[in-house]
Amino acid sequence: MTVQTFRTLFPALDGNVYGKALVYFDNAATSQRPASVIDKYARMSREANANIYRAVHKLSADATEAYEQGREAVRAFIGAASREEIIFTSGCTAAVNTVAYSFGEAFVRPGDVIVVGEAEHHSNLVPWQQLCLRKGADLRVLPVDEEGHWQLDELGRLLGAQPDGAASRVKLVAVAHISNVLGLVNPVEEVIGMAHAAGVPVLVDGAQGVVHEAVDVQAMDCDFYCFSGHKLYAAPGTGILYGKKKWLEAMPPFLFGGEMVDTVTLERTTFAGLPHKFEAGTGNFTAVATFPEAMETARLARDPQLLAAFDETCRCLEDALKARSDIRLYGASGDAAGPYRRAGVCSFTVDGVHHEDLAQLLDKMGVAVRSGLMCAEPVIRHFGVSGMLRASLLPYNTLQEVEYFMQCLDKAVAMLR
Amino acid sequence: MTIEEKQEELVEDFSMYDEWLDKYEYLIELGKALPAFPEEKKTDDRLIKGCQSRVWLDAGMDGGKIVFTADSDAIITRGIIAMLISVYSGRTPEEILTSDDAFLDRIGLRENLSPTRQNGLLSMMRTIRDLAESHRN
Ligand SMILES: Cc1ncc(COP(=O)(O)O)c(C=O)c1O
Repeated sequence: MTVQTFRTLFPALDGNVYGKALVYFDNAATSQRPASVIDKYARMSREANANIYRAVHKLSADATEAYEQGREAVRAFIGAASREEIIFTSGCTAAVNTVAYSFGEAFVRPGDVIVVGEAEHHSNLVPWQQLCLRKGADLRVLPVDEEGHWQLDELGRLLGAQPDGAASRVKLVAVAHISNVLGLVNPVEEVIGMAHAAGVPVLVDGAQGVVHEAVDVQAMDCDFYCFSGHKLYAAPGTGILYGKKKWLEAMPPFLFGGEMVDTVTLERTTFAGLPHKFEAGTGNFTAVATFPEAMETARLARDPQLLAAFDETCRCLEDALKARSDIRLYGASGDAAGPYRRAGVCSFTVDGVHHEDLAQLLDKMGVAVRSGLMCAEPVIRHFGVSGMLRASLLPYNTLQEVEYFMQCLDKAVAMLR
Repeated sequence: MTIEEKQEELVEDFSMYDEWLDKYEYLIELGKALPAFPEEKKTDDRLIKGCQSRVWLDAGMDGGKIVFTADSDAIITRGIIAMLISVYSGRTPEEILTSDDAFLDRIGLRENLSPTRQNGLLSMMRTIRDLAESHRN
């Protein structure tokens, strides 16, 4: 499939802002939606707006069926073993919080250790930090080096016997598949291997990873994998918590109420089985119903011809940024086959120019980028800057857009200096 | 020139440009023309809260009039504060407190800033008023 063909699936990409053609380079924040998703959302709103699981009537049955089809589409897309392992949440953040709370309740004691990556999005950092504060546990960091690569020997030290001879107390490792700032494909399999060898489960924040990598959770062998629908072509307000059944069964529910129960008396409650145990209250059934269409789009996005064009577009952007001596691009991409390939995300700063000024001028030229701390303050500070500019692409972005972007960047920088 | 006359002048200046990009260019020029602000005055108590880029605002009295000086690490923000200073610096506290800031809407500035910068602009105006209030005898 060609880029142009793929692009026509997305009505928003045809849009204008301030009378200029839109160049949407903020895909790591939210991807645009294909017409199939938009239409499905509208159709479900018109024809199947009723509460799921609860009633015997036709509308409810239709909504419930669509919800379960959404679950099946996600299950198949990430290669999970069963539907019971696919929990719908409101987003990636809610998915991580669910694990931080439930796993934390069941398994984390004072003095235990949780390890997080240094370049995590706040959504995969703050829930763990707060868990540790609640439980009197220790939050330790898997550091990144100046290239944005994980320093795995530090993880080895944390997982091994401690200097005083005591056994490691690491209870869980939580890391991003792809950082939303650095945009490099992290060697999560290696981390999972190391952690499992020490009997420690791993949560992978896949908010960016699932968009750019072909994810098979069974092959990856992660214990949890979290992501959001709105970054993966689906309607917003949806997130997925994949968890291995053995963990999900061992964890208590996070939120209570609605259909997540088995029997309720005034004194006690027994809970429903998976996945419902973790789906308290009414789910976002209209948005979840868009997953079959969204996953179909994500599958199309992995078409080899399209991916080859995308690689070239991304490389052009990366090369153009690297070619400028006044631009600092963060995270060094490794070779094409190994870890730390760059996945459509370039975060950078321009000497002597404030990221917010640049983003503002680019906006007026029709170019949408992200600027600032990008919900990942520790890693931005790690590189000693007050913020960055981020261009994040998807396979519907074109080489022409990259060229236009670089022209706009030049023009904006010239205005600001 | 009174505050109102200066505001009117700015509205006219901005209306000469059709494109917002050009209006920004004008703001950037104002920012570049703002006199240097001493490094030692870039202290936390002079930082305006609620701006994503850092903005320092200082006020002193000179013959009953408030003199504002300012700086920012972002040039557009510097332009905005320079514009506000051109309106409000060298005025008595009473003049400042009895004036309004509707000219910002007439320029269209508020709606053409990002939400974080709109908040920043709000904070700048509030700080100018607060400083005027505190310098009122
Ligand atoms: C790596 C990463 N993790 C987590 C999140 C949080 O996603 P959401 O805001 O959809 O919950 C994001 C989104 O910005 C992200 O990029």
